[in-house]
Amino acid sequence: MNHTIHFTVNGEPFTLSVASHHTLLQVLREQLVLTGVKNGCEAGECGACTVLMNGEPVNSCLVLAPEADGATIVTVEGLAHDSQLDPLQEAFVAAGATQCGFCTPGILINSRALLDRNPDPTDAEIRAALVGNLCRCTGYIRIIDAVKAAAHAQREVQP
Amino acid sequence: MSQPAGKRTVIGASPPRIEGREKVTGAATYVDDMQFGPSLLHGALKRSPIAHGRIVRIDASRARALPGVRVVVTGEDFPGLTGLYLKDRRIFALDRVRSVGEAVAGVAADTPEIAAQALDLIEVEYEELPGVFDPEYGASPEAPIIHPELASYEVVPFVFPQPGTNISNWFKVRKGDMAQGWAEADLVYEHKYRVPHVQHVPLETHVCVAQQNVNGKITLWSSSQSPFAQRNLIAKALHIDHSRLRVITPYVGGGFGSKAGVSMEGAAVALAMHAKGRPVKLRMTREEEFHTTFVRQGLVAILKMGMTKDGRITAMHNRFYWDGGASTEYGVNITRAAGYSGTGPYYVPNIHVDSYCVYTNHPVGGAMRGFGMPEIHFGIEQHIDEMAHRLGLDPVEVRLKNCLKDGDETLTGMPMHPTGLSECIRKAAAAINWGQETVSYSSTKRHGKGLAAMWKAPAMPPNPGSSALVRLNEDGTATVSIGGVDIGQGALTAMAQFAAEGIGIRVEDVRVNTVDTDYSPYEWQTVASRLTWSMGNAVLRAADAARTQVLQAVAEAWDEDISDLDIVDGQVISYRSEESIPLKNICIDGVQRKDGTFVGGPVVAQGRFMPDYVTPLDPETGQGPRAVVHFTTGCQAVEVEVDTETGEVQVLKIVSAYDVGKAINPELVRTQMEGGAVQGLSTALLEGLILDHGVPRNPNFTDYRIATAVDAPLETENIIVEVPQDDGPFGARGVGEHPMVPTAPAIANAIYNAVGVRLDSMPLTSEKVWAALQNNDI
Ligand code: FES
Ligand code: FES
Repeated sequence: MNHTIHFTVNGEPFTLSVASHHTLLQVLREQLVLTGVKNGCEAGECGACTVLMNGEPVNSCLVLAPEADGATIVTVEGLAHDSQLDPLQEAFVAAGATQCGFCTPGILINSRALLDRNPDPTDAEIRAALVGNLCRCTGYIRIIDAVKAAAHAQREVQP
Repeated sequence: MSQPAGKRTVIGASPPRIEGREKVTGAATYVDDMQFGPSLLHGALKRSPIAHGRIVRIDASRARALPGVRVVVTGEDFPGLTGLYLKDRRIFALDRVRSVGEAVAGVAADTPEIAAQALDLIEVEYEELPGVFDPEYGASPEAPIIHPELASYEVVPFVFPQPGTNISNWFKVRKGDMAQGWAEADLVYEHKYRVPHVQHVPLETHVCVAQQNVNGKITLWSSSQSPFAQRNLIAKALHIDHSRLRVITPYVGGGFGSKAGVSMEGAAVALAMHAKGRPVKLRMTREEEFHTTFVRQGLVAILKMGMTKDGRITAMHNRFYWDGGASTEYGVNITRAAGYSGTGPYYVPNIHVDSYCVYTNHPVGGAMRGFGMPEIHFGIEQHIDEMAHRLGLDPVEVRLKNCLKDGDETLTGMPMHPTGLSECIRKAAAAINWGQETVSYSSTKRHGKGLAAMWKAPAMPPNPGSSALVRLNEDGTATVSIGGVDIGQGALTAMAQFAAEGIGIRVEDVRVNTVDTDYSPYEWQTVASRLTWSMGNAVLRAADAARTQVLQAVAEAWDEDISDLDIVDGQVISYRSEESIPLKNICIDGVQRKDGTFVGGPVVAQGRFMPDYVTPLDPETGQGPRAVVHFTTGCQAVEVEVDTETGEVQVLKIVSAYDVGKAINPELVRTQMEGGAVQGLSTALLEGLILDHGVPRNPNFTDYRIATAVDAPLETENIIVEVPQDDGPFGARGVGEHPMVPTAPAIANAIYNAVGVRLDSMPLTSEKVWAALQNNDI
């Protein structure tokens, strides 16, 4: 069965016919070719597929496509504005918080959600916020450093 | 080797990784992100549900009849054997299955849903055979034989299968006089240690797309550490020309050894060969990734050591039984590496080491970060700690006394090259204030300190080659082509640094290509922490040659001596005439002579490197002049807090100190140390594949936990020691794998220090700590 959904992705409106058993992850990757959204488990266990849905981080592999009807979605492709990187993106490169890069889009999105609700998180708050995002390469320390650096940079710009 | 003149502005600096921006914007393309259009077929593999059995019958007729199914293949279609060191594996099982999850058939269909349905329609009848689920038992004469054809398998000359048994490699070291070694010892101690199978857990599972065009040319887009080895092994297995198989590897979402060699990629090619020109994608689910590609082998280690009362090691008799799984095409070399490293990084006069690779009906073992070293060091480094305690000695002093120093003979008779091992041990110990009492702030939370040393050599054939091409572009930038893969370790950036330094341009002006075997020069594999050293040499030589091409032309045109010329930041300058010209003006069109004619032309240069000094070892004694190219050594020290009520272990701090020869990019080196330490912590405390008669019971992230952000240590310190490698580029040697080698025994030693319990099997779970505490009055 197919559904027609209307939703906004990275600021652009879309109307799509989606298979009702497909996930938001599939729709984003396969129909909109937003391949920055990664598939690491398809079971809600790794966080690689994290996107913002109405401002909240969700595992897009656990959201059925019809549920996205009317939603506002932000993927990693939507973080930068006019080729101006998000402070988190800048900080991840500078801090060496990405290695293979496969977990990075999901972690950036989840960190964005964290900084949106808490502009000055502690180490422990960052760790707790990212507990659902697996990274096998970095050991997390530099990710935590990068989120802190981004929070700082962001406060400098908009205190 | 010749090194470029001039100041080193790029080597030893830490530019951020050159592909970082692509990775944080989602622009970086991985195999699954590539678009193949509506003709793409979806592959899936029918897998054995049993651990060991004969295939009585396969009936795929109903699957073939299902609309939308385009290809069904079985073992009979591709009976050839393949394997890296020992050809003991087929793309699809032929007459016998040897592990749960072994592929018995493959399908390609219009949609993933149809492919899944087709798998259900394939009927396979098995006659179950008794299985082998323990390597010690597997090596015994009572065990059923898993590969009766072992004698007929093709094998490299340095691997020694024992036909008629389940032992696919037996590596021996015999050195000195054991009786004398035991007689000199004041303490002889024997103990058994166990390490379970673990999984690499790259965040990107194995994925590839294969396509055969009408002329028979096959292209394989593969998430791989080994595009060239895949081309070689698959071409041979399928009897196709190497030049008709092209492997393309874009960005790779982590490998850790799992994507070395070939695992599921052969199946995709096999399907594509019947797909009438359509591309076929095969992507492992997370569950498949957990047990059907490669796992880290399990190990049973029985260690016996002698030590004098002043802490000198007099003898070691170490036996390693590797749980190699259903095929050991790769595992045989892990067994070998464990054998020639089987004393740990110590000078030992009297040695008896047996390292057995044993077939079992478990998942296929393959390379994993550390290549046998984390597993053997788990026992060795606890054993030494325990003996020091029993003799009332300081474990750090015991390590310093016995650790290999410049010129000491290793267990295989090779003189140890200059190494910073002692310095690593001292610095790691100092960084946790070794020797100072730990303060535990609560009676139920005990703090402890522990440390472990390590060594590891690149484990590989004696002569794996690297090559590189450097081309200069019209704007004075350079394009570097290599055959090695950036799997996250930062190879692209390190190679850009070598090229920039060698040519005399800025790192920002270097592009490094990902691999396409039709255009990239040869590289053996991205394994063994060998790229910085081996491929680095090739890139540096190519860059050097490019620079020479430029300077020769300028020297001729300007009538100057080449030794007075230099390239600095993309400007060719003469120190004598003080003339200068931008590289971009001359690197394609050449340099104009005084008479108006031109000399030079497009700058294209090549470089290559291959070690030419590694010698064979005597099969009976393991002795030989030069077993390996070099050893990277190091030490980790940790502080833990153990909750005596729950057994929970929290790692507070990990200090890593490694002798990397020369840090080309110190920040990238530190990120390797840190990431490796946390991967080591994760395997130490959390990980183990639970195999119940060969059936994996926890192939998902809920039941197989890996470290998350809350498990990472509160503090890390990463110490770089630099004792140069004589044949390394600028003295560099590799450090990619080493940071997870000593982590588990360091944590185990710290737990002992905190609460007095010794855990001899991984993982060091809170249950085990708690249970051990119940038997201890602490
Ligand atoms: S892919 Fe969605 S959580 Fe792993
Ligand atoms: S950078 Fe590789 S998984 Fe996080």
